[in-house]
Amino acid sequence: MNKTLLIIQREYLARVKKKSFILMTFLVPGLILAMYAITYLIAANSDSLNKTREIKVIDESGVFAGKLKDHKNIHFSSLSQSLPEAKKAANKNEDLFILSIPKNFTDKNSVQIFSKKKPNFALVNEVETQLNTIATGNNMAAAGIDVVKLSGLKSNISAETKQLTDEGEKDSNLASAYGIGVASAILIYLSLFIYGAQVMRGVIEEKTNRIIEVIVSSVKPFQLMLGKILGVGLVGLTQFLLWIVLSTTVTNIAEKAFTKHETAVEQSNQTQIKGGKNSTGQTQPPIGNPVMSFMKSLEGVNYPYIIGCFIFYFLSGYLLYSALFAAVGSAVDSETETQQFMFPITLPLLFTYILSFAFLVNNPDSSLAFWLSVIPFTAPIAMMVRVPFGVPGWQLALSMVMMVAGFLFTTWVAARIYRVGVLMYGKKASYKELAKWFFYKE
Amino acid sequence: MMLSIRNIVKQYAGHRALDNVSLEVETGIIFGLLGPNGAGKTSLIRIINQITAPDSGEVYFNGEKLNQSHIERIGYMPEERGLYKKMEIGEQLVYLARLKGLEKTNAERRIKAWFEKLGMGDWWGKKIEDLSKGMQQKVQFVSTVLHNPELIILDEPFSGFDPVNAEIIKDEILELNRKGATIIFSTHRMESVEELCDSIALLNLSHKILDGPVKSIRNSYRNNTFKVEFSGKLDFNGTEPFELLQHTPGEETELIQIKLKENHTVNEVLQYLIPKVSIQKLEETIPTMNEIFIRKVNQNRK
Repeated sequence: MNKTLLIIQREYLARVKKKSFILMTFLVPGLILAMYAITYLIAANSDSLNKTREIKVIDESGVFAGKLKDHKNIHFSSLSQSLPEAKKAANKNEDLFILSIPKNFTDKNSVQIFSKKKPNFALVNEVETQLNTIATGNNMAAAGIDVVKLSGLKSNISAETKQLTDEGEKDSNLASAYGIGVASAILIYLSLFIYGAQVMRGVIEEKTNRIIEVIVSSVKPFQLMLGKILGVGLVGLTQFLLWIVLSTTVTNIAEKAFTKHETAVEQSNQTQIKGGKNSTGQTQPPIGNPVMSFMKSLEGVNYPYIIGCFIFYFLSGYLLYSALFAAVGSAVDSETETQQFMFPITLPLLFTYILSFAFLVNNPDSSLAFWLSVIPFTAPIAMMVRVPFGVPGWQLALSMVMMVAGFLFTTWVAARIYRVGVLMYGKKASYKELAKWFFYKE
Repeated sequence: MMLSIRNIVKQYAGHRALDNVSLEVETGIIFGLLGPNGAGKTSLIRIINQITAPDSGEVYFNGEKLNQSHIERIGYMPEERGLYKKMEIGEQLVYLARLKGLEKTNAERRIKAWFEKLGMGDWWGKKIEDLSKGMQQKVQFVSTVLHNPELIILDEPFSGFDPVNAEIIKDEILELNRKGATIIFSTHRMESVEELCDSIALLNLSHKILDGPVKSIRNSYRNNTFKVEFSGKLDFNGTEPFELLQHTPGEETELIQIKLKENHTVNEVLQYLIPKVSIQKLEETIPTMNEIFIRKVNQNRK
């Protein structure tokens, strides 16, 4: 059996067996499950919102009588009782609310709602909106402005984005592209760091354990370095694949379990929109469920393409950086000494990472974005930000070729430093020293 | 010839670790690679193990130019011992043996045999970090010899062992040698290997300054000095066939150290002494390797 394969096997198994790996593997699907649970709770909660609430109006001003319109589950009716009597009645009935409008209702805090249970925000908001609309309408009428004409003048434009592709028009959902772009940038950034650091720690461990000399008397340093890099890389890949499989499974199960509530939520969203339009003449954003609507927007995404790109850029970026991390690990005697070398390595990553939020995600087709996505050191993050927005094929191909060339180059450089570094003890490595090692014959 | 090292030069930035070093190690012997710290022993061993390559010069293993295929025929225990701390011992030994080209089931069988032999019965599932230093050394030793190497290179083999375990390991090494393995000890502590080694080479300041069979080296450093123990009264007047180097009077016997005068023999010394005193013991003092070593190194320094 090939010795490099043996090393890969050991590195892989040693890490996959660790508790932290198993924990991380189940954490992500767990989070997705938690997200569904929250969605479920919101849906369940909106059931209680749907309970009909009776609002008895005591209108001393006479301005609002009969003009308040029933909305969704709020039912208005006027009341001729006196306020203290009404309060008594409300004290007995949990779903009864008393809206008291005095003559001087424009004074601050003069309009009051009494109830046994604390009224929820949606109810208060609805009442306030209606009161204001009516009062404003009255004021306008008093000032001679035709309310119907005015509302006709108001415009409410929202642009629908359509992308032109070879197959015709395609809904381009910018929000989901934005979300996926940013999420990929974060994920690539973190995973390059996490797995790169694992390689580095592994190298330092072998060096400080002094097992390195035993191993390099059996295999070439390059085989050991390559075996370690590939082994850890496979761990990362396993982690991602398990996440994808487990997350999909969890999503499917959760979707089936919560379907009933989902439709309920969607229906209530729709009635709310309609109701809002009817009663006030204004469009209100659906309050309903932001998680649901975001997930809905993710449905149109080309997942195989994005996941494929992600895995390519994770792997190539990982190979590129972990080789450098391995070289750093070989040059030092302990993890505390790595600082001076880590900074220049992590700089392009950090730079692209910050830029991806500040600039790239808003300008995915800019020339800066282009250059960052073909330079191997920045491409894994920069390209993953751009991919959800659509990248021309030739750019993607160029970037991928550059990535492969990039990691072959860094691996070659790192291997030359590594083979000398792992056998050097007690020497404080400097850049000059590293350059010398690089040029050693063998 | 197990190992033939010819004109090895190894240059590191700033200093030359090995300067034109040549030596021969015969098959089946125990060979001592001696020298003070920094003499170049580890550099030479790393070249034999193909961890590094020489700048110039050649190494022949069993008559063939050293190449990758020889790696599996050499067992190496470095001075700085090390194993994976968190890996199970059995698993670790299997891994190291497989890196040396051993097949898995074969490796497992041999490890169990060695565990039996060295009283390490239930160590398979333990981790290195749970073992004492001496126990770790045993595991390291097993990992060195597991693949039945023809050439075993041990760097400072007995450091870290308690006397009992050192004795056990020494016996195992001798047995391996009897079974045909060539052994190279590398050490700066002469006394620990003197009795074991058939041949030695002495390195100092990147040069080989002495090599050959231990017996002939020691013989070549004989300088006609003897220790004599006797009872009786002896006066020294300058007419003896020897020079008196040291005189240690004792309660019952006296001890003298003498050096033969030119053209005189031990027999003449005895003839001179026998009528005067009763001799208990006469012994030639052959310098120990340690003395030769110190003398050589000091000479070399001048």
